[in-house]
Amino acid sequence: MKTRSRLVLIGLIMLAVIGAVGWFVGSHNIAILDPKGTIALQEKNLIVLALGLSLIVVIPVFILVFGFAWRYREDNHKAKYSPNLDHNVVAETIWWLVPSALILVLAVITWRSSHSLDPYKPLVSNVAPITIQVVALDWRWLFIYPQEHVATVGYFRIPDKTPVNFEVTADAPMNSFWIPQLGGQIYAMPGMSTQLHLEADTPGSYDGSSANISGVGFSGMTFTAQSSSMSDYKTWLASAERSNQQLTVAAYSQLAKPSKNTARLTYSGVASGLYNGILGKYMPGGMMMAGLSQ
Amino acid sequence: MILASLTGRLTMNSFPHDPMTLGAAVSIVLGAVVVAALLTYFKRWGWLWREWLTSVDPKKIGVMYITVALLMLVRGVADALMIRAQQATSVGASHGVIPVSTFQQVFSAHGTIMIFFVGMGLMFGLINLVVPLQIGARDVAFPFLNLTSFWLFFAGMILINMSLGIGEFSAAGWLAYPPLSELRYSPGVGVDYWIWSLQIAGIGSLLSGINFIVTILKMRCRGMTLMRMSMFCWSVLGSMTLVIFAFPILTVTLALLALDRSLGMHFFTAAAGGNPMMYVNLIWAWGHPEVYILILPAFGVFSEVVATFSRKRLFGYATMVWAIAAIVVLSFSVWLHHFFTMGAGADVNGFFGIMTMIIAIPTGVKVFNWLFTMYRGRIKFTTPMLWFMGFICLFTVGGVAGVVMAVPPADFQLHNSLFLVAHFHTMIISGVVFGYLAGITYWFPKIFGFTLNERLGRYSYWCWLIGFLLAFIPLYILGLMGATRRLDHYSASMGWQQLFIVAAVGVVLIMAGIGFLVLQIIVSVIQRKKNIDTTGDPWNGRTLEWSTPSPAPVFNYAVLPEVSDRDAFWAIKQAGGASKPVYEDIEMPANSGVSVVIGMLSIAFGFGMIWHIYWLAVIGLFGVVIALLVRSATDNHEYTIPAAEVERYYV
Repeated sequence: MKTRSRLVLIGLIMLAVIGAVGWFVGSHNIAILDPKGTIALQEKNLIVLALGLSLIVVIPVFILVFGFAWRYREDNHKAKYSPNLDHNVVAETIWWLVPSALILVLAVITWRSSHSLDPYKPLVSNVAPITIQVVALDWRWLFIYPQEHVATVGYFRIPDKTPVNFEVTADAPMNSFWIPQLGGQIYAMPGMSTQLHLEADTPGSYDGSSANISGVGFSGMTFTAQSSSMSDYKTWLASAERSNQQLTVAAYSQLAKPSKNTARLTYSGVASGLYNGILGKYMPGGMMMAGLSQ
Repeated sequence: MILASLTGRLTMNSFPHDPMTLGAAVSIVLGAVVVAALLTYFKRWGWLWREWLTSVDPKKIGVMYITVALLMLVRGVADALMIRAQQATSVGASHGVIPVSTFQQVFSAHGTIMIFFVGMGLMFGLINLVVPLQIGARDVAFPFLNLTSFWLFFAGMILINMSLGIGEFSAAGWLAYPPLSELRYSPGVGVDYWIWSLQIAGIGSLLSGINFIVTILKMRCRGMTLMRMSMFCWSVLGSMTLVIFAFPILTVTLALLALDRSLGMHFFTAAAGGNPMMYVNLIWAWGHPEVYILILPAFGVFSEVVATFSRKRLFGYATMVWAIAAIVVLSFSVWLHHFFTMGAGADVNGFFGIMTMIIAIPTGVKVFNWLFTMYRGRIKFTTPMLWFMGFICLFTVGGVAGVVMAVPPADFQLHNSLFLVAHFHTMIISGVVFGYLAGITYWFPKIFGFTLNERLGRYSYWCWLIGFLLAFIPLYILGLMGATRRLDHYSASMGWQQLFIVAAVGVVLIMAGIGFLVLQIIVSVIQRKKNIDTTGDPWNGRTLEWSTPSPAPVFNYAVLPEVSDRDAFWAIKQAGGASKPVYEDIEMPANSGVSVVIGMLSIAFGFGMIWHIYWLAVIGLFGVVIALLVRSATDNHEYTIPAAEVERYYV
């Protein structure tokens, strides 16, 4: 009887857990499960698929563990007792082969998706992409539009249904550039330029943050990715180009100093080659930019 | 000027100012003073020195490891409680209960302490308790080395806790990625505390690894071929193999980081040709095997527990051995999955993703073998068996999360989020912690001669299990909501607060589980007459250790056993018991105070390196060398127990 009441208790706990999780996920906004871009959508589908395939092994394990616990409990003398049963070639072959087959399927999925969703791979689109250079600073994000010579801090604007090529570096310790609703993250590292290709499907504001600790101001390194129609984006760009704050090399050096100030800033007149200059700061023999100090 | 060079970086400002750190430091010091006063009052210093601190008996060394590890478990969970208290309150306009710089030290200390001083401590503790008994040996291969390993572990533990009262701890996370951990961004002593406490404890681990490999390979009793060895010993052999290959990587990596920080070198700095990505690779080339180092012996515990309490032979012994071997090899080929997001190409990411999934195959095989050990058994649901049931359920769920994250593009979304944090806590708490708690309950009577109180053990189990669910299920969801790890503050619009509050409640429940554990030990000691183990075999055991009386005598076996079956003691019992032995004099290794001295000198060395008090570091280092020379130059490291005294254990 003790075993029975315990098993009932475990069953109730499991139902309560599943119910509570189901209710919460159903009634709240779960960023990764609510993608707003093609990359995030494919990554979400991949998570769900891998989860589903794994359940092929998990569900039998749960059934067996509770079934055996119940059936072969000490006080159940009706159950067969075979104290010397210690191997079975067929059974053991099955549980080497079934997980192996499952992993084979997952391996194919892994290999294909690693290539199709490689963050370095440009997105295929009829629309010409825009480029944004991302710099993680202590402790805020700078976004440079190299062609347009504007820059922003704490937010950036993109047109929807348009591929965005991000080039990512840091003028600070290692950070990670992440916008969950648009797609997965990439590290931002000093002296390195990593790449990320994302696209927003619809207009909206999407939260982004740094996923890697970089010092005392790290929690405040949030930003917003604002997606809008192309015409709204163009309008914003025109207004940004009129900003009276200019991102000269001197202004950048000021901005790069450690600060927890997360105010949104918009700059025009970005010093040309600034991104490469920031990279060069950390490269021995790299291109040094006049006025940029270590 | 002279004074400055005498005290290095240490000044009056190095002592804590904020009330929380000060309180913690003062309470630790007070605790130590109270223990010292009690020892003095009851005149037990001599007893402590002879019977415990200098004892080379692996059973006593094991108890010391486990005592330290349980103390550190309390500290680690207290850290966890502070982390969640901060995150449950630090929303929007509120900035919570802990200043950010302290918060970052707390989570860095939490991870470091839990892995190095709880996980490793519990593991080496149980290995010491059980391996010599299970292979039918009287001691380990190198008893003095074994005690020295413990004291190096202890020295590391002291150093990391010193940081609470003198100076500060690292704020760079438990693996201290550069460039954040470099001098430029972390100029204080925190990262140095991290480096030197791990360096000293890590050398102890490496020495233990060598010791137990030699012990298992060379000291098995007659008749115990490798394929007749207990599954626990097999898993220890696997784990120790990983130790001797992985820990040198840690030693070198820490040394290179120390050179960067102390001599201005540029291995891992962002500038001047240094490469932080090299550090990330190296630290995980150690770090991934490390999780298998911790979990393999716990798998071994479960193999013993499930066979004993199902009253059945372990199912699929040979495949279990092959699964361990496969895990040992594969665990060195998956490290890159810790940083799919660093921008390696699709081929590299794809390869490491697939290797990571392959390691799920032998692990799955082990799970099915455990389940079929229960099949057609007579299962007795003692506390160790409950820990096993909890382990199977949670570990399977955590494993699924692991397989999902092994797909690189899925990992891009989950990496460094609280989903990842929930995943590895599921694996380590259900695997490592549940495993070692099961092991402690299981082997406790063999060491102390009485069983632990079952009722309180069950209370502890349910607190842990439900506390775990409350503490970590919210973290899986938070990760999917985009919450990253190590946040000291977030905006209210994120909608994360409710879940963080639930998680904090979970930690409180886990704390209650630890409370019941402590209460269980106290109550069991008081009731020891009631739960006394007169037969030496309280569980109707199968392996050799249950054939010797409880508590096991210092020499383990009066006559070294000879075995003819995998479940050696079960076979003896089936055959109607052993015949009365002929007792002989037994030669045992003698106590060693030198190991304690080496431990203390290592603390001095580490402290000197951390604070740039170089005269102290030099004294510490040369002291260790001299202590080793003195030890090597002396003889008489053994003593003899006469046959008459041996016989007294058996009447």
